[in-house]
Amino acid sequence: MGSRYSMLALVAVLLAVPFIASEYYLSILNLIFIAIVGAIGLNILVGNTGQVSIGHGAFMSVGAYTAANLIVRLHAPFWVAIPAGGVMAAVVGAIVGIPSLRIRGIYLVISTLAAQVIIEWLINHVHAISGGTQASIDVPRPTVFGSELRSQQQFYFFLAAFVALAIVAAFNLGRTRVGRAFIAVRDQDIAAEIMGINITRYKLTAFMISSFYAGVAGVLYTYFLGVANYEQFQISVSIDYLAMIIIGGLGSVRGSILGAIFVTLLPMVVRQLLEALSSLLGVNANLGHYIPQMRLIIFGTLIIVFLTAEPEGLNRLFVNARNYLRTFRYTH
Amino acid sequence: MMVMVAAAVTNGICSSRVAGAEDIVIGMMCDRSGPTQTNGAIMCDAAQDYFNLINSKGGVEGYKFRPIEIDAEYKVPLGIEAYERWKKEGAVSIMLYGTNHVQSLQQRMAEDRIPGTSPGFGTATSSDGARYPYLFPIAATFYSQAAAGVKFAGDKIGGLKGKKIAFLYFDNPTGREPIPMLEALANSEGFQLKTFSVPPPGIEMSAQVLDITLRFKPNFLICNLFGRAASVGVKALRRAGYPLDKAVALAWGATEADLEAAGGMSVGEGYYAMMFHGVGADYSVLQDVRDMYKSAGMSLPKAFGTVLYNRWIFHAAIQVEAARIAAQSRRGEKITSEDMRHGFESIPEGSLAKFGGMVPPLHVTAADHEGGGWIQIYQIKGGKYVKATEYFTAYPNVKADVIGQRK
Repeated sequence: MGSRYSMLALVAVLLAVPFIASEYYLSILNLIFIAIVGAIGLNILVGNTGQVSIGHGAFMSVGAYTAANLIVRLHAPFWVAIPAGGVMAAVVGAIVGIPSLRIRGIYLVISTLAAQVIIEWLINHVHAISGGTQASIDVPRPTVFGSELRSQQQFYFFLAAFVALAIVAAFNLGRTRVGRAFIAVRDQDIAAEIMGINITRYKLTAFMISSFYAGVAGVLYTYFLGVANYEQFQISVSIDYLAMIIIGGLGSVRGSILGAIFVTLLPMVVRQLLEALSSLLGVNANLGHYIPQMRLIIFGTLIIVFLTAEPEGLNRLFVNARNYLRTFRYTH
Repeated sequence: MMVMVAAAVTNGICSSRVAGAEDIVIGMMCDRSGPTQTNGAIMCDAAQDYFNLINSKGGVEGYKFRPIEIDAEYKVPLGIEAYERWKKEGAVSIMLYGTNHVQSLQQRMAEDRIPGTSPGFGTATSSDGARYPYLFPIAATFYSQAAAGVKFAGDKIGGLKGKKIAFLYFDNPTGREPIPMLEALANSEGFQLKTFSVPPPGIEMSAQVLDITLRFKPNFLICNLFGRAASVGVKALRRAGYPLDKAVALAWGATEADLEAAGGMSVGEGYYAMMFHGVGADYSVLQDVRDMYKSAGMSLPKAFGTVLYNRWIFHAAIQVEAARIAAQSRRGEKITSEDMRHGFESIPEGSLAKFGGMVPPLHVTAADHEGGGWIQIYQIKGGKYVKATEYFTAYPNVKADVIGQRK
């Protein structure tokens, strides 16, 4: 009962935000929305199925360039470009997933790293994909119901719709036979096979679903920036996404969301806090130059503190806090 | 959510330190951390110094400058956040840094009608002001740099026809950008072009350098390397016995920092370095900066007068010159970003002569956002940069063709 009301309250807040918040905050929320879609996808593969991948950025780029080519060459509308980007990424994901049938753990990490490098190289050098030496394709803004999306507010609603879809789909996936099979594969693949789960099929399915999410996130990012550029999908992006799901909580949709929020916001918040602090204390310019370095140190320290305090991530902290508040002074 | 609240609170604090209502706010993208921090730290200080200098003299036409420096770490999401913050603070011009940020912000800048400047990087096609009205790759794009490199090579080796020119480049979009221009020139000028790519991270290129030195044996070599690759490149060429006075580095490939990392300026003896501004401290504008430091009782920054320091003095100076034109028409009213764009497009020809060669003789127009593509080349001699040419431009027609072909 309670959860239904809080859900409604959350939806109401999310609908009200774009009318209250400034363009600045909406732009940050939009970045978070894109990160959430990508993080949920990666968590299905890593958290639920136990197949570690650091090729997520490359799958995003597959989606991005597929969509960009369709949009620029065939004038595809967004409702074609977005699923097409997802499907193409899923196909590539299935191919990249083939080594997972034989190897696991750290070996699989390296083979997905290879995929990241190969895909980056191909996009960079095949002009038919990348549109030339700069490997970037300018993409016009998406048109929804006849109007072109431009402002951060319009993008907020556009992206929020996809985030909602991504969340609902991921929650439901967890309750299906496929979702349960993923968990069985993660926990003990031999036992799962004995119980009649086709490991080959489910591992590849996990790669495909995860890559589909990545591809969609890549297209959304491309629309948001107005350009597909491979520098937005390099290895550091893959690592950022891994950080999101590890910090947020492996195998949990809520963890993906919290992690995406945390990793996107942390550098910005730490920067602003330090700037505010130094202006309050009247720190001189010379000392101000150390702020960027301090920011990186604080960023790293916070991650270590969070992970050691609660290895199961922000999701666990959230659940603990909620349970504590539920039983607070015997409210029931 | 807590974090958002914290952000909101701190932002309130930041924006509460309001300066005069007539300040000209400039968004200054600045990498003090991340992969490009060694450049960023020097360049940002230089731009700050210049704005401080102008403000200390009372600004322009009564307006003062308020540059807002934000570190974007060469990461796109942080660049987006920085941009929205500048917009919120009323920035009328953005000093960009990093090709990835140019790419990811250009559409939004055009929609918001805020001009952005990208001297010596970004995209070469953006010099077409009709197509990119709010991007200003002021000074020299990679196409202009490539053209200047070829022209210079021709002068050094006595004509281009039938000669062999090698192009050694870092294999990323920025590194590859000169290639279409070089290919077009190879066709029109009749030289043989061979390209040699250095894959990222660019810390190993002895194979390519040996290939150049022993097999291809070019008459001249053009290098587009940057970051670690630039210093590795000089070292590798030297080790392979390639004559460095038959090689020219494009604008980001032979700074003091690159040569220090290679083992000192002497390693680069003979190497030609391309610039779109003056190098050294013998300019009146730098004398003014020196005086400013002296009267404040502070010591000069270590990088004073170096390539990158002067480069961002130039970048800041262009903002001030555009603002000067805007200020003259506004006369005390608020200057808008549209005024700044107009300002960039109407800096009078010859008005930059007052910088005595520190700034190239640009002539930016509504059609040509690059201002002609002026280059001057220095040679490293006795541990110093010695001017090898005056400012020149090269092959404007070929450049226009190449830009026209690439939509």
